[in-house]
Amino acid sequence: MSEDKVEQAAVADEPSPARLIGTLAIAGLVSGVIIIAIYLATFETIKENKARELREAVFRVLPNVSKMQKLLLKEGKLEVSYKEEKGEEPIYAGYDDNNTFMGYAIPSDGPGFADTISVLYGYRPSDRKVIGMWILASRETPGLGDKIYKDAAFVANFDDLAIEPPIVATKRGKSKPNEIDAITGATISSVAVARIINKGNDYWVSRLPEPGAEPAYVEVETPPEAEDAQAQ
Amino acid sequence: MAKEQLAYDEFMKGLWRENPVFVQVLGLCPLLAVTNSAINGLAMGLASFFVLLGSSILVSLFKSYIPKQVRISCFIIIIATFVTVVDYTLAAALPVIHKELGAFIPLIVANCLILGRMEAFASRNTLRMSVADAFGMGAGFLFALVSLGAVREILGVGELFGIALFGANFEPWVIMILPPGGFITLGVMLLYFNWLEEKKNKIDKQLATEDGVN
Repeated sequence: MSEDKVEQAAVADEPSPARLIGTLAIAGLVSGVIIIAIYLATFETIKENKARELREAVFRVLPNVSKMQKLLLKEGKLEVSYKEEKGEEPIYAGYDDNNTFMGYAIPSDGPGFADTISVLYGYRPSDRKVIGMWILASRETPGLGDKIYKDAAFVANFDDLAIEPPIVATKRGKSKPNEIDAITGATISSVAVARIINKGNDYWVSRLPEPGAEPAYVEVETPPEAEDAQAQ
Repeated sequence: MAKEQLAYDEFMKGLWRENPVFVQVLGLCPLLAVTNSAINGLAMGLASFFVLLGSSILVSLFKSYIPKQVRISCFIIIIATFVTVVDYTLAAALPVIHKELGAFIPLIVANCLILGRMEAFASRNTLRMSVADAFGMGAGFLFALVSLGAVREILGVGELFGIALFGANFEPWVIMILPPGGFITLGVMLLYFNWLEEKKNKIDKQLATEDGVN
């Protein structure tokens, strides 16, 4: 057999390019349908999970709060918002059972020891104090840096904390109203939390309305989705 | 009967004799990354198990329709589809675990253990054998993840599946839940499996010489 013939025989065994492309196309199509189906099937639940997680965090950093609403800064004014907006930077207002304003829950983030730490903290404008802190996301070292949310004593530092002058983490035992006790072995993480809250205060405190002029709680009669549909 | 025996053999091969982690030393990235607690190891093990089993079934069923030139792409599409299903299902049903495992669920796509089983086994064997193989390898991987997670959690936190085991006087060995602890535990376990292998070889040799004498 000459070399030419061997090559021809080999080519005859090869599937045509159309068959190769067809196989991949069918695999891709079936895969796409399955992925979209599972995405749609779980979408609502995942959204609810995220909303519940946020609500729980807000209730944790604002004591005695039973209702919350999202606020967005629009042209220098805080407005109640229900919609998801791209690139939004919301804060949350908490109210008690009688719809009395109790404080703001402010998200802020910044670099920690391992990765970005996302913090949510409660701020009461009437006496300019931080009244609670919760870590939304962090990748700090297990057993050391993760004490910023696992160590109840450290979290309690933020239950009644003055914000002026800026919060300071100290290793010598706190003695001033703006000081917190840093965790032994996790000084960088502790200082980072203080810095992240200071950063949030720097931005937000001057932009918040005068105490007493906070947006009132709006009872939602029609669900926001229905409102959207009407607007269109 | 013989068929059942063969399938059982394939299963035990994955679970023990050719354990993907302790003998083949595959899939170490998720293994070291998520085994800082037993529950994380269990969740990761079950997720990988499901992906491996589902992919093995599909690859084995369609092996004669998949031209060999595009087989790797087809395997990866199949694996990636199962991984996406697991990812969304976990996010909806167990958000806390999903958050803990983070990026390592999507990374199952790139687990060499799974693609390896498709290429080396499911694409060449019957459905029945592929299922037995997937069960064995999946169980072997699960076993490795949970045992590593359990050892590290017991020593590093003093708990197992979140239940405290020792009194308040226990000083946790924090390094065990940090990355070095993963390497140390894995090293000790590999040592143990190698020792077992060596012991078995010795016994086999002894038996062989005795047979020869008789």
